[in-house]
Amino acid sequence: MTLRAGGRARRRRIVNRLVEWLATLAALGAVAMLAIVIWSVAKRGAGVLSWGFLTEDLPLFGQPGGGIAPLIVGSAILVGIATAIALPVGMCIAIFLQEFARGTVRAAIQLVIDLMAGLPSIVLGIFVFGLLVYGHPQNGLAGAYALAIVMLPLITRATQEVLRLVPDSQREGAFALGASRWRTVLGVILPSTLGGILTGTVLAVARAAGETAPLLFVTSIYPNTIQWDPRHALPNMPVQIFIWSESPDPNDHKRAWATALVLILFVLATSLISRAVLARTRRNLGR
Amino acid sequence: MSTVPAIENLRSRGRFRDWLGDRLLVIVTATASIVAVVVMGAIVWKVVDASHLAFSKFGIAFLWGTVWDANKGIFGALPGLYGTVVTSLIALIVAVPFSIAIALFLSELAPRGARGVIGALVETLAAIPSVVLGLWGILVMGPFVAEHIEPWLHRTLGFIPLFSGSPQSSGVFIAGLVLAIMVVPIVASICRELFLSVPHDIEEGALALGATRWEMVRGVILSSSRPGIAAAVILGLGRAIGEAIAVTQVIGAGWTIQWNLFSTGDTLASRIAGQYQGAASNIQISSLFYLGAILLVFGLVTNLIAQVIVRRFDVRMGGN
Repeated sequence: MTLRAGGRARRRRIVNRLVEWLATLAALGAVAMLAIVIWSVAKRGAGVLSWGFLTEDLPLFGQPGGGIAPLIVGSAILVGIATAIALPVGMCIAIFLQEFARGTVRAAIQLVIDLMAGLPSIVLGIFVFGLLVYGHPQNGLAGAYALAIVMLPLITRATQEVLRLVPDSQREGAFALGASRWRTVLGVILPSTLGGILTGTVLAVARAAGETAPLLFVTSIYPNTIQWDPRHALPNMPVQIFIWSESPDPNDHKRAWATALVLILFVLATSLISRAVLARTRRNLGR
Repeated sequence: MSTVPAIENLRSRGRFRDWLGDRLLVIVTATASIVAVVVMGAIVWKVVDASHLAFSKFGIAFLWGTVWDANKGIFGALPGLYGTVVTSLIALIVAVPFSIAIALFLSELAPRGARGVIGALVETLAAIPSVVLGLWGILVMGPFVAEHIEPWLHRTLGFIPLFSGSPQSSGVFIAGLVLAIMVVPIVASICRELFLSVPHDIEEGALALGATRWEMVRGVILSSSRPGIAAAVILGLGRAIGEAIAVTQVIGAGWTIQWNLFSTGDTLASRIAGQYQGAASNIQISSLFYLGAILLVFGLVTNLIAQVIVRRFDVRMGGN
């Protein structure tokens, strides 16, 4: 007599196999989706991309040619200012939450940070518009503030995560040597987490560089040349891609693809590299 | 003899510096935290305050007003609310099963080496800027869906009013699909963490009792992480409700309420983004802020619910 799975057992096995296949297909589907989007952008954008495209001023309305140098400079200024604000503030909040705050205070501030991370970015856009731009000319600073609000919870969480990984034995060791709290935090804990904080910041920069909604109301009407002064409207990549994608002119679509390629290369490169570094920091700090 | 006071002196000086340093560090970091709370409060205050004009004119009836007429100065939110609900529902219906399947693959099936790589790739999907996804949506995915998927849905399900319209390369349905792409990485990565945190001994117990892998997943993993999955779905919903740019690009604008999913439309967020240049009168700008206030409430409520679930879930796991 041989033992063979029949009837019910076979059905169970087939269902099991089927679900395993579906789960695998879903994962492959998501990866394929990423590949398709990147491939679409690369295929359509690469033809337009050239040295001239990267270094020339924006094309005047309806004219051929032109480049995106003002967009690159403007985006860099906006994200630079936003980082200069969000990094120190975010780090301080994380230190307060992990090293000092207790009980209700801690829970309340943590909740505010979590809620801030979940705010729709268009709401941030109209917030800075209403606060700083309504009744005044558009300006880059307002956009940078909005991006800082986008980045703040990301940096805070990233810093908290690495602070949490620092073993208590390090803190206790420092205390046992007679070091005070602030010396322990600044001299022992922060240096060992700097790598993690930095990569978290780079991830936040990648995210902010692609945000359109916070900028749409406050820095979307700008000249076609490079602007250095953030007190005026700054040309920037995401808003210009948005404007070009809404245009009926096929030339504008080509420019949108090429700009999207530049943006996506920056975002993907930074986020992949920082993810790899972060994984290593986590391993080193972890055990 | 004379060295003793010197050391004492040194000690007290050091103690003072430590005392000062500790106080300073606490004050500086606490101030930063207060700044965050103040900014959050300012956001709520400003958005509500700026919508005051529209609120005093239309009141709560703004929520079910269907007209958006800049010339007559009459504004209502219902078509946007409807569009927001419909696009978010499409996104969740498509994305949630997909995300759970991906999470199961990553936590249970994937070989060790592939796990990290595929997980990172799925998360990278979330790193694509929404404006780029929208560009791709309107110029690549929209035409593809209008040519291949919508005609098929129309032929097979056309008797349902939802699919009765003629295919178009921009509209509510396509907006829902683009949102689904944005929701998948969020829900999938949270669910993966949830599934990985299920204790191994109960998984192995189920397998030892003769359950197949799927039966173990259904009976142990899915049932024990149900609250967490709910929280993940709600966070995904919050993302879908709040997304403005990509939706504006693919939904094609239109302040109407209709069953036909293939028609163009608007969500709350896409109406705000779509009018970034067009708003002229104070009452129109205030109405946009009113839409923003509704979005803000949605954003806060979805996140609060998710937080509450997460906290309770943690407590229960701790209690076991």
